Amino acid sequence: MGILYDQAPLKDKVERALSDDFKHHAIETAQDVITQKRQALVDQVENWEDFREKAAEIRNHVLENLDYYVKQFAQNAEAAGCTMHYAPTAEDAIDTILDIFDELGETSCVKSKSMMTEEIGLNERLEEHGIHPIETDCAENIIQTAGDAPSHIVVPALHFDRNAIRDLYRERKGYTGTNDPEEITHFLRTMLRSEFMNAHVGITGCNFGVAETGSCTLVSNEGNARMASTIPETQIIVMGIERIVPDLRSLDVMMELLVRSAVGAKITSSFSLNTGPAKPGEVDGPKTVHIVMVNNGRTNILASKYRPMLRCIRCGACMNTCPVYRHITGHGYGSIYPGPMGIVLTPLLVGYSKAEKLPYACTLCGACSDVCPVKIPLHDLILKHRIDMVRLGYTPAVESSLFTAGAKVFSNRLLYEIATTVGAPGTQILTGNSGHIDSGSVWIPVLNGWTYSRDLDVMKHKKFRTQLAEYQKQKQNRHQDQEDA
Amino acid sequence: MIEERPIMKVAFFPGCMVDMFYPEVGMAAVRVLERLGCDVVLPDNQVCCGQPFFNSGYSDAAKPMMKNVIDAYQGYETIVSLTGSCAYAIKGEYQHFLENDDEYSRKLAAISSRIYEFTEFIVDVLGMTDVGAHLDGVVTYHKSCHLTRLLGIKEQPLQLIENIHGLSYVEMPEADRCCGFGGTFSVKEPEISSHIVQEKVINALATDADYLCGADQACLMNIKGRLDRMRDRGEIISTMKVVHIAQLLDLGMGK
Ligand code: SF4
Repeated sequence: MGILYDQAPLKDKVERALSDDFKHHAIETAQDVITQKRQALVDQVENWEDFREKAAEIRNHVLENLDYYVKQFAQNAEAAGCTMHYAPTAEDAIDTILDIFDELGETSCVKSKSMMTEEIGLNERLEEHGIHPIETDCAENIIQTAGDAPSHIVVPALHFDRNAIRDLYRERKGYTGTNDPEEITHFLRTMLRSEFMNAHVGITGCNFGVAETGSCTLVSNEGNARMASTIPETQIIVMGIERIVPDLRSLDVMMELLVRSAVGAKITSSFSLNTGPAKPGEVDGPKTVHIVMVNNGRTNILASKYRPMLRCIRCGACMNTCPVYRHITGHGYGSIYPGPMGIVLTPLLVGYSKAEKLPYACTLCGACSDVCPVKIPLHDLILKHRIDMVRLGYTPAVESSLFTAGAKVFSNRLLYEIATTVGAPGTQILTGNSGHIDSGSVWIPVLNGWTYSRDLDVMKHKKFRTQLAEYQKQKQNRHQDQEDA
Repeated sequence: MIEERPIMKVAFFPGCMVDMFYPEVGMAAVRVLERLGCDVVLPDNQVCCGQPFFNSGYSDAAKPMMKNVIDAYQGYETIVSLTGSCAYAIKGEYQHFLENDDEYSRKLAAISSRIYEFTEFIVDVLGMTDVGAHLDGVVTYHKSCHLTRLLGIKEQPLQLIENIHGLSYVEMPEADRCCGFGGTFSVKEPEISSHIVQEKVINALATDADYLCGADQACLMNIKGRLDRMRDRGEIISTMKVVHIAQLLDLGMGK
């Protein structure tokens, strides 16, 4: 799939998302549930802000010393028996993984949820080479079965409800049961169990690599990641080079924040900390572990003003609180990374020409920055994108001349005076009996955006500054009269 | 109730919305400040703070606007902004755009800490929460994003509202969720914006309040615009009035 799964203009994607009432309401409800759960837990942690501060510090420290920590992590993972691979680009990562399959002669694998594998478009490329990946995370399996795109980074099937899931499995997988979640899950479990038992290769992501021990962590709620990392003989871990914490102490801080921020729970039902393949005498665990560390543009981000974005731990809290995501859903963005973090990250990974107007799909309300567990100033970074887009000429020429002309007017008292005095009667002509400009004005291009859905109050004949001057003059006169009297 | 104190001279920043569309809000604020013992002046050369421009990415074009504002307010002891959003732009954002300009960085630093948002000024500088206002009815309050989150002014407007005698405050659901205005966002992405503001109006109506009050006129213009449209279309029957907190205080103090 790669990063962008829908390259239609933003306007079209938004329109489609907004007109899909089912999806729209499903996301609204899901957002309400997750944010309430998160907030309730956050309120219980007295020093939540200290945790965020600490976590941001840990992530900053890693980014500032990324070369050191990547090396330390790689050395320790290697010492624990892992085979390390470094992939500068998505293509390199794919090639590395295909080589591993070639060598093994395997044609299928089980997968647990991983954004990094989505970012490099792994599933499609495996299929092209005759290798069938089976998604074992419930939500990912739904997406894979439906051939749909994810709408969230943590809960990718957020836009499905139980009826839609029941129908999907009935149609595609011969399910005959009801819409009862437990029954559907049982069906999935039975189906996936045999896939696990027969699998020779497991592909997983990695929430954090621990430099001090060379361990990789997996945080999951379904236990599927644990199975994918213990049953097959070969495990392939695909991770971004920045997903490292120095040691177990810092891992602890990150875990406190990650789970609460992501799903509004204190802990997940499964948490694995895997260090190398199974040791002699150990019953569980793979015989071979490959770790593919993917750069894919991250060192460029590291060297730029967008560096704070690399602190991201993919918790999804920013999209859960975002007023825009709430309505346009993940699909309005057309990127596997939606919401505020997606607006920042997507253009950095695919470039402005492909990311199109994404940075403008934001009100700059700052709610995201407020909840981000690693304190990424998301709304500031979104603004930086806009400024870079204007500087690099990615905005329409008409708009740019409008803004440039407007800026001249608004930086000069006299010009402002003339423009707004001429403008006032204009807006008054447009009003009907109501006293405000209603939908009858949608034919006027500049006003159109506003009056499309709201009425506009008219500009006043006498601006505030004029009224104030008159008021002050009257007051002075009164004062003068009193003194004279 | 209001003690005698030496007259305090304040330079006023109304914000373009108030200057062009809602002069009555500005006048209400002036009357309130005067009753609280202030002498209000409007620096002659002040115009827009430039936020709609730089928030759309046109930060280079906006620089003369920023400099114009900085120049206009030089030399004033106390500056009171009727909008949290513009106050944040000047106090919180200008510095990033002017960091390579020593002269204006210096001039900015000279005024930055002297700028107070209207409610912050009354509560924190004048030290008043009860201004002796009376008004009967129920009020709900929209917590504007820049004011609440970026400037951290959360309590002050509520303290002022809750101390208006006769008025009871009911919090609306998701009071601090964005109203969908977002400056030029509202005209650049009208479809998204209208869905967001629609929800805001519904949340406000759920309180059955007589007044929907806010401290940033831009948000109020957005919310009122949607409310008027819904009324026009006959989608709702409601007499809820959209008012700036300055108008609420002015109304209550004038009685
Ligand atoms: S940007 Fe922050 S809130 Fe959003 S996913 Fe990343 S860590 Fe979570």
